[in-house]
Amino acid sequence: MAKRFKPQIATGNDLLDGDVVYFTQGLKWSRFIGDAWIATNEEAAEVLQKEASKFPNDIVGVYLTDVAIDDEGRARPDHFREDFRMRGPSNRPEHGRPVERA
Amino acid sequence: MYEYTDFDEAFVRERVAEFRGQVERRLDGSLTEDEFKPLRLMNGLYLQLHAYMLRIAVPYGTLNGRQMRQFAYIADRWDRGYGHFTTRQNIQFNWPKLQDVPDMLEALADVQMHAMQTSGNCIRNVTADHFSGAATDEIADPRPTAELLRQWSTDHPEFTWLGRKFKIAVTGSEHDRAVIKAHDIGLRLVQDDDGNPGYEVLVGGGLGRTPMLGKVVREFLPKEHLLPYVEAILQVYNLIGRRDNKYKARIKILVHETGIDEIRRLVESTFQENLARFNGVNQEVFDRIEASFAAPEFEPVYDVTPAVDAGLRSWIDTNVADHREPHYAIVTISLKGIGETPGDATSDQMRIMAALAEEFAHDELRISHEQNVILPHVPRRHLAEIYRRLKDAGLATANIGLVSDIIACPGMDYCALATARSIPVAQKISETFADIDRQRDIGPLKIKISGCINACGHHHVGHIGILGLDRAGVENYQITLGGDGTETASIGERAGPGFAYDEIVPAVERLIEAYLDHRSEDTETFLEVYRRMGPAPFKAALYPEAEARSNAA
Amino acid sequence: MAVIITEDGIAADDWADKTVYPFDVFWSGQELPEEALAVEFPNDRKPEDLVPWLDRIEMIRVEFPSFADGRGFSLARRLRTLGYKGRLRAAGPVVSDQHRAAVRVGFDEIELPESVAARQPAEHWVIRKQGSYQQRLAS
Repeated sequence: MAKRFKPQIATGNDLLDGDVVYFTQGLKWSRFIGDAWIATNEEAAEVLQKEASKFPNDIVGVYLTDVAIDDEGRARPDHFREDFRMRGPSNRPEHGRPVERA
Repeated sequence: MYEYTDFDEAFVRERVAEFRGQVERRLDGSLTEDEFKPLRLMNGLYLQLHAYMLRIAVPYGTLNGRQMRQFAYIADRWDRGYGHFTTRQNIQFNWPKLQDVPDMLEALADVQMHAMQTSGNCIRNVTADHFSGAATDEIADPRPTAELLRQWSTDHPEFTWLGRKFKIAVTGSEHDRAVIKAHDIGLRLVQDDDGNPGYEVLVGGGLGRTPMLGKVVREFLPKEHLLPYVEAILQVYNLIGRRDNKYKARIKILVHETGIDEIRRLVESTFQENLARFNGVNQEVFDRIEASFAAPEFEPVYDVTPAVDAGLRSWIDTNVADHREPHYAIVTISLKGIGETPGDATSDQMRIMAALAEEFAHDELRISHEQNVILPHVPRRHLAEIYRRLKDAGLATANIGLVSDIIACPGMDYCALATARSIPVAQKISETFADIDRQRDIGPLKIKISGCINACGHHHVGHIGILGLDRAGVENYQITLGGDGTETASIGERAGPGFAYDEIVPAVERLIEAYLDHRSEDTETFLEVYRRMGPAPFKAALYPEAEARSNAA
Repeated sequence: MAVIITEDGIAADDWADKTVYPFDVFWSGQELPEEALAVEFPNDRKPEDLVPWLDRIEMIRVEFPSFADGRGFSLARRLRTLGYKGRLRAAGPVVSDQHRAAVRVGFDEIELPESVAARQPAEHWVIRKQGSYQQRLAS
């Protein structure tokens, strides 16, 4: 039996400032996870990986990660590591990063 | 303190220029990320969870006020106003931008500092006893040796692309404050029967996934043969150390799998062959290095009024150690304020520590591997004033060596390798035991926390060690007991199943209650009780349900 | 075709038409030529095993399977320590930043795959003038 596919997004870090970025359907990179392009099946994930890897001199450490989907159909972290990447260090909330577009 | 020669100065400036070029080549695409990564790592630049991180070397933990001030300047100019002192006596800045890093390195060069070899598979920043030159039990100052090794290992053509990182620590005292047994090479300054200076050489120690204590490879190495001998160890390691598995690539695994006797044979034969090419350091160069670490000109003895203020007395009890000059003292400034991030200091705090060193303490500071800052040469008559100023800056926590003086790696709040958080666990333990009188009643206790198996938080050598892991997508904390990083070193033993994030602090509380219940007298320490009674009473306290079940059975 | 890098810049491979013998041939009893004797040196082999032939060998080609595998630097040093005076070549995808170290441990040249050479033009291979702590400490 085929394993049930978990929705995935592509994420990485900006080459210049290292900030966490997410790959969007517009083939661009966003600082907000809510903008992320969500792959919902194997084939889509392959395309996502391929497209997201086309920026070797702008974005580093690109990888696909499992996500949950919120009520509005947007990606949300599925693992605590991704949650910290999204929010910033928990010991210094003043250095947290905005999760939502202002 | 060591002052840069023209050669050091030119070398460091050239390296900054070289790195500037490497950053440019990365930005224009002539270097791929795979190629750039080891080059940036060799200049201390990591990419972490949220940003880059620049790790700056504080060679053997020694710096002066001007250098500390420059950290404050860097923190304010290019980072976010604070820095993190690490278990390798370094400082890390958590928010630099790639294009700014060459300028940051230039600012470091302005004060005779650098970030070279604070990362990468090379010989890392050499560490030493943070009480060097001041300790009462010192045979010889380890810092000239550490500086010699720093110079020799810098941009070493053979040993910059090793199978894995390589760490060297040096101590010159009976009491080991530098954890030399947990290093790839540990050196202890000793004398032979005729009083000639030399080293006891240990090899193959290390923490990480497979913790091991170093073994003696040479009982007495004459001082002048240090470099050719260390070179032989590195050469053997570089050629036959494993490269097939990152977790088996440290020299400790080679020593373990090959056996110390065979390693000794290989090292000795390589050493003999190499002597023809390089029979040791130019003694003139070494003499110059040694001279630069001469003791400061100590002031004469003044009368000191005994401390009456209770806070001051308590601080002197815990944070002040005896100096080899009886009218001097060694002050440890705690970077472990209750509820604070262990090892963090703001730029303002850095400037205050710099000022205290300049005004009162022969302009010298140290960073300890326990993530505190030390004023090694303080006339006792200044203690009250120093305490007052530290207190105003929130730096007078009187907890050195106590339960809240916790080592913690950055963990998943910053580190890309982490599997769980460390800092908030340390913060919560510290808050739980906030009462300093209670801490003093509990007595000497070393809690060390790592956020992953790489063990940057030294958890294996904590009396209580805590290792944060990812268990099926949830933070989980394993406890080890009975570790010790001193001359009586031992690796802690795992106590049993791990604890959830919310359970770990209560578990530590139960361990400490068990210790208090079982100590035979107030002066018996946690480690002594553990060594006397073994893990049973502590396991019973950690896992009361299991205990109840076995009692019922 | 591979590109050869020396301290003088980029050059053609003047050994391309000549044989480089596999390492194992040396202990196989096979007859070896008197001239133009060259050997492949995989980086997990022992330099000591070549000692009987070191006087006769004209070129040793030390393999670098990746730029991150630095065994070749110690091999070069060992071969020179054991008395080898012939040509020493580092062969593999090294990066220009390693050129300085390669020269210091005793390599004469680098044999670079064409794909790597394409991204790293000649000026990158110019060795930056920089003193060496190791030389300074020894002299």
